[in-house]
Amino acid sequence: MVADAPVATKRFDLLPVFKEAVLAALLTLALTIGLIGFRTLDVGGSLSFTTRFGDVAMACAVVLLGRLGLALTRSGRPEPTLVGSLAAALGLAFLLLTADPESAAGGWLPFDSAIVNWILVFIALGLAVQAGLVLRSQQPAVLASRTQRDALMDRVGAQVQQVALWLGPALLLAAVAMPMMPFADRRLIDIGTLVLTYIMLGWGLNIVVGLAGLLDLGYVAFFAVGAYSYALLAQYYDASFWVCLPFAGLMAASFGLLLGFPVLRLRGDYLAIVTLGFGEIIRIVLLNWWWFTGGPNGIGSIPRPSFFGLPFERARSEADVTFHSVFGLDFSSGHRVMFLYYLILALALITNFFTLRIRKLPIGRAWEALREDETASRALGINPTNTKLTAFAIGAMFGGFGGSFFAARQGFVSPESFTFIESAVILAIVVLGGMGSQVGVVLAAVLLIGVPEFFRELEAFRMLAFGAGMVAIMIWRPRGLLAHREPTVRLHRRRGMWGPP
Amino acid sequence: MSDAIATAPVPSGAPPLLMVEHLTMRFGGLLAVDDLSFSAADAEITSIIGPNGAGKTTVFNCLTGFYKPTIGRLALTAPHGRFLLEQMEGFRIPQKARVARTFQNIRLFPAMSVLENLIVAQHNKLMRASAFTLAGLVGLPRYGRAERQAIELARYWLDKTELTVQADAPAGSLPYGSQRRLEIARAMCNEPVLLCLDEPAAGLNARESAELNALLLSIKREQQIAILLIEHDMGVVMGISDHIVVLDYGRKISDGTPEEIRSDPAVIKAYLGEEEEAELPPEVAQDLEVRT
Repeated sequence: MVADAPVATKRFDLLPVFKEAVLAALLTLALTIGLIGFRTLDVGGSLSFTTRFGDVAMACAVVLLGRLGLALTRSGRPEPTLVGSLAAALGLAFLLLTADPESAAGGWLPFDSAIVNWILVFIALGLAVQAGLVLRSQQPAVLASRTQRDALMDRVGAQVQQVALWLGPALLLAAVAMPMMPFADRRLIDIGTLVLTYIMLGWGLNIVVGLAGLLDLGYVAFFAVGAYSYALLAQYYDASFWVCLPFAGLMAASFGLLLGFPVLRLRGDYLAIVTLGFGEIIRIVLLNWWWFTGGPNGIGSIPRPSFFGLPFERARSEADVTFHSVFGLDFSSGHRVMFLYYLILALALITNFFTLRIRKLPIGRAWEALREDETASRALGINPTNTKLTAFAIGAMFGGFGGSFFAARQGFVSPESFTFIESAVILAIVVLGGMGSQVGVVLAAVLLIGVPEFFRELEAFRMLAFGAGMVAIMIWRPRGLLAHREPTVRLHRRRGMWGPP
Repeated sequence: MSDAIATAPVPSGAPPLLMVEHLTMRFGGLLAVDDLSFSAADAEITSIIGPNGAGKTTVFNCLTGFYKPTIGRLALTAPHGRFLLEQMEGFRIPQKARVARTFQNIRLFPAMSVLENLIVAQHNKLMRASAFTLAGLVGLPRYGRAERQAIELARYWLDKTELTVQADAPAGSLPYGSQRRLEIARAMCNEPVLLCLDEPAAGLNARESAELNALLLSIKREQQIAILLIEHDMGVVMGISDHIVVLDYGRKISDGTPEEIRSDPAVIKAYLGEEEEAELPPEVAQDLEVRT
């Protein structure tokens, strides 16, 4: 009965489609009536509330229409979805670009926030693209099953890894050129510096978590050790940034060894708990050792890094040798911002180069072997103690470099900056990017750090979006965005994009 | 003690490659291996057989440093030195004494490629060549040469185990029989003097186990190393072993050539059991009679 019914003439039933859409709208109503419908207000010291039922109704209508379109596409009728969502997207975009929100035309906009409206535009576009794809391929649904979707994403991952051959240099070029672009204002460069700091920390943690498979929830401790090494050396001995940088790395590496020894026999959850505790111990010691570290007041007025000895200050007289007087430039506070940007870019690139290189060396392969199977590694004569300790120490060293850069950039450190949430964010970057994937870390850092920075206007909603994004990735890409491992050595020539398949 | 050495089939002169004397392993109240003595000679295949739970894998774990024996001496006398395995740290046994092993349940590095699995097996050699990473990091040619040699050795074993085509695929994606062969190839890339194989034929079909026989015989012939084999597949054991040790409840019940083992009444008793009546306690036998 099923076999002789061709797909094209399958009886089409509208009822379940409407049922699905109405159900989704009802669910939205249940979720939003409390969260969006009422808003508490502080009026003259007493608490009252306003209602926003208009927004609730709008949210339900949007979900109803969107779900209707999705369900129509899924059941093989993409045409109305294509037309409807395209019209909605274009109309909305037109209104957003032309109309003043206060005017009558602006009254047609579904929500007050421009960003939420723009998100709607992109969702509508996404629906239209999906419907268009279905229409072209004449398949009931493009990404029907999870296995198909996984296979597709794996192919995408492998392709991105291949593309990374030129994507890496292209991203690097973009990163180098960014501060010189006309649109690059101070805010953009600051966000870039922040993102690069997290990229570097992500690459450093990737050595421990991605390569050696040691789940480290206290990575921020090494970041703190690096930051305080520089801050304290500068405070007590007037040491300069360039002297302190290697020292901070060494300090952090020794703390890595210190953490490594007691956790050698632990794996998985147990290791994660102990590293979490280690991160907290470092923070609490910094907080309570007030006569040395300044306790909760932190350490202020940390000297800013110089351009290899030339300070970024205004030359007060002809005799003053500063960066701008030597290079014959007018003084600008932007020089330091740009220099800091390039400094962290260089530090991040060193981390990346080091990781790519060490992966192809026996120690890197031993890390991966240890991650895959510790028992088998031991049976092949790999010393698990030394191998794990090197992973901890080297990962920590890069955390220390990052920390001393952080101290130099902020000019101020306090235990506040080194809470568990920082470790969690760095780990999220590594896991989200795909463990062991270098390009993945970059993408994840941009997504997790850069995008929320840009959407600061959305206030609390940006954390909501952050959470929603993480959940979405755990559902669709549980192994990370780019979880595709390229062998470190090949026997046969790789079947590249240009070679025969 | 002198008795144990006298009964072991030692050719006059040089001591055998591996000499196990009075090996006893106790886990709490369980006596897993009880006063076991045997020896394994160079360029010979020595099999350890016995019913399930006889303590065969425990012997392997003692030999390869996963367990420390309660009592006993495990002496390895090879051209590169004499080692007392029971006193060595686990990872030093493959590294210094050059004893390699495979596992009953395959333990590969599944996400790494087949070739990488074989390169990891040559870790210590490559570590020295890379001057513990420093020379490798700056890219000295010394390390490049060593790595090319390592790849050549890996290629030799890939050819031998017919895995050359899949060399760049993840090891975890190979079919079961290929994974078994890869584990042997990986152990051989460790360049051992003693190869310990824990049930290499488990789960293989008849054709694959015939191929395994041929592979093990050729390893013995060409590499002139000692192979210690735990196996349940009697086709493999009787076909290729030079010398068989039979264990039951941790005790050695027989030791000799395949022909001797086949006709040893103690072995037949251990495998097939004694006559039924004698095994059953009287009350159970009575119970059975009532029912029938």
